[in-house]
Amino acid sequence: MRGRIVAEVRLEGVTKRFGADVALDAVSLTVPDGAFVVLLGPTGAGKTTTLRVVAGLERADAGSVHIAGRDVSRETPAQRDVAMVFQQYSLYPHLTVRENLAFPLRSPLRPRSEAEIARAVENVAALLRIPHKLDNKATALSGGEMQRVAIGRALVRRPAVYLMDEPLSSLDAKLRADLRVELKRIQAELGATMLYVTHDQTEAMTMATHVGVLEGGRLAQFGPPRAIYADPDSVAVAARLGAPRINLAPVDLFGAAPHPAGAVTMGLRPEHIALGGDAVAATPARVTRVEHLGDQTRLHLRVNGHDLVTLTAPHTRAKAGDALTVAARAPLFFDGAGRRIRS
Amino acid sequence: MARIEIRDLRKEFDAFTAVEGSSFTIEDGEFFMLLGPSGCGKTTTLRMIAGLEAPTSGEILLGGEDVTNLPASKRDIAFVFQMFALYPHMSVRANIAYPLISQGMKRREAGARVEEVARILGIGAILDRGVGGLSGGDRQRVALGRAIVRQPKAFMMDEPLGALDAEFREHMAGELRALHDRMGATTVYVTHDQLEAMQMGDKIVVMNHGVVEQYGRPQEIYDRPATLFVADFIGSPPMNTLRFQGAVAPGDAIARLGEVCVAMPALRAGATGALVLGVRPEHVTLDDAAPLRAQVSAVEYLGTTQMITLDTAHGAVKARVAADMAVREGARTGLRLDAATLSLFDAATGRALPSALHEGAHRG
Repeated sequence: MRGRIVAEVRLEGVTKRFGADVALDAVSLTVPDGAFVVLLGPTGAGKTTTLRVVAGLERADAGSVHIAGRDVSRETPAQRDVAMVFQQYSLYPHLTVRENLAFPLRSPLRPRSEAEIARAVENVAALLRIPHKLDNKATALSGGEMQRVAIGRALVRRPAVYLMDEPLSSLDAKLRADLRVELKRIQAELGATMLYVTHDQTEAMTMATHVGVLEGGRLAQFGPPRAIYADPDSVAVAARLGAPRINLAPVDLFGAAPHPAGAVTMGLRPEHIALGGDAVAATPARVTRVEHLGDQTRLHLRVNGHDLVTLTAPHTRAKAGDALTVAARAPLFFDGAGRRIRS
Repeated sequence: MARIEIRDLRKEFDAFTAVEGSSFTIEDGEFFMLLGPSGCGKTTTLRMIAGLEAPTSGEILLGGEDVTNLPASKRDIAFVFQMFALYPHMSVRANIAYPLISQGMKRREAGARVEEVARILGIGAILDRGVGGLSGGDRQRVALGRAIVRQPKAFMMDEPLGALDAEFREHMAGELRALHDRMGATTVYVTHDQLEAMQMGDKIVVMNHGVVEQYGRPQEIYDRPATLFVADFIGSPPMNTLRFQGAVAPGDAIARLGEVCVAMPALRAGATGALVLGVRPEHVTLDDAAPLRAQVSAVEYLGTTQMITLDTAHGAVKARVAADMAVREGARTGLRLDAATLSLFDAATGRALPSALHEGAHRG
């Protein structure tokens, strides 16, 4: 195997149009060497287009793409030294796991000895914890194993950059949770530079060193997951992370509580809502529904004509129809255009 | 009134037993979930309640009446499937009115009922549109409208949200539950998604291999899983299971995992051999001084909380802790388990041993 390659990815003012649609609008972002960057956003935000522009599968209408300091905007996908993993595992069904993993190494452009190939395959199989499956046919694998092999096929070449497009989204919830941890471990062990696309906020928060939130073809915010969650720049970004979703309410929901000038909307995550009677200037609320999720309980509240959802202890005695009081605790404030106002 | 009683219901397909002697009761007005992995018998159970499948043995009572041998059309039940079965060439209005018209109801009366249903579902504005161009959510609302317009005694729903994407599914789940709260009609709902079952259900039946593993309120099933299957199936991540060899006797309130003693609810039965201690991630605390040793293998930030994965001598354990706690990968620590919440399973039978935990039942 080759040693680790320095592989920063940089997009500068990348714009991509499909006919009249602007898929990407002057996107600039840097994936630092060895970083795990997750692009998060709803369908149509431009996540996959960004990935395809980096891979060289789409050509940008304006702007440039740089890998390891080299402008690759005019290069073919093969010249860019990137590997891509898609949502649907594209394995050769008639080949064994070993042959599937070896396949990318049998390129006529860069001949390798059989011993070298065998060594690379064994290493990747160990990393993915599937050495005992090497001689199975691809079709004899479970869904999770197939996706592991698909990821393995990207890893085995040791490219400069890994690009992944929702690789876990076709798996069931339990398997997805396991592979999240696996993928992060593998990325950390290899020190790989990774650009990963998803609409699943849990994947973004748990795996990323940096999250890029895309909205309507623009990069709305870029930073570590904790910063994006705790200190969002806009309503759109705040609503992208957090379960239950952040509550958005008029700034005067709790009466004349102090708020910065120009604030129109108040963002309240569960940690911003104080329940109970002892808070100063607490506002009456009515419980409309109690959802027991096991580890936590969601409380649906009606406050001054607005619906709020918050969390409470699993064994709360609250039930629909109960009256209680609520107060805000250091909420987030936004202006009329949804931009954050920091006080 | 539509209380549904299921007594020793059994279904065999040739040599294969799809459902094995199930018994449970669905109270009038309940939102009732049949939960389990694919092939567990949940859909077969639903189809037997609806009258689409004849049981091999057992009884089904609907509102006190034995309907076991009645055809589906005589049971006054409406069925909502995963795939929106709408008539593509008809308008939304005609689709919803169809069940009434085909029963011979006057157009005028049917028209008033359709308007009422459209108001409940919030689709009044699209009544005269064709169903072809509708979004997935609106199509699902129309399919629901067609089910509720007949005002049946009960609704049967087979993964009605299965085809929707995650974000929209959560929204529709909330909508469906709110609709149920307004109408109060008995609903039996099949799903393989434990979170959907927890979130929407008044009661849950957990099935596996044709057998009812457990039946009860969501929080009860989560807190006191009757079997290892339920412990693993309910919860995301599932209940942690620490495996060890040992012997316990009635009255014991300590589990000995090798050298380490872990306090737990007093047992009402004993067992010997392979045992499993079950603990939910939110009941595990990191404590340097605790004798149960562990090493952090992964840290996952989740916003309000974070999930810590640790290796122990008895298998991997996940702990849900506050997001602001500093935890380093590779760090060695001890684990404290919240004694009052622990379950102990006999690995041979897969069943939880009865203990003081089960005596505080029916709270929450």
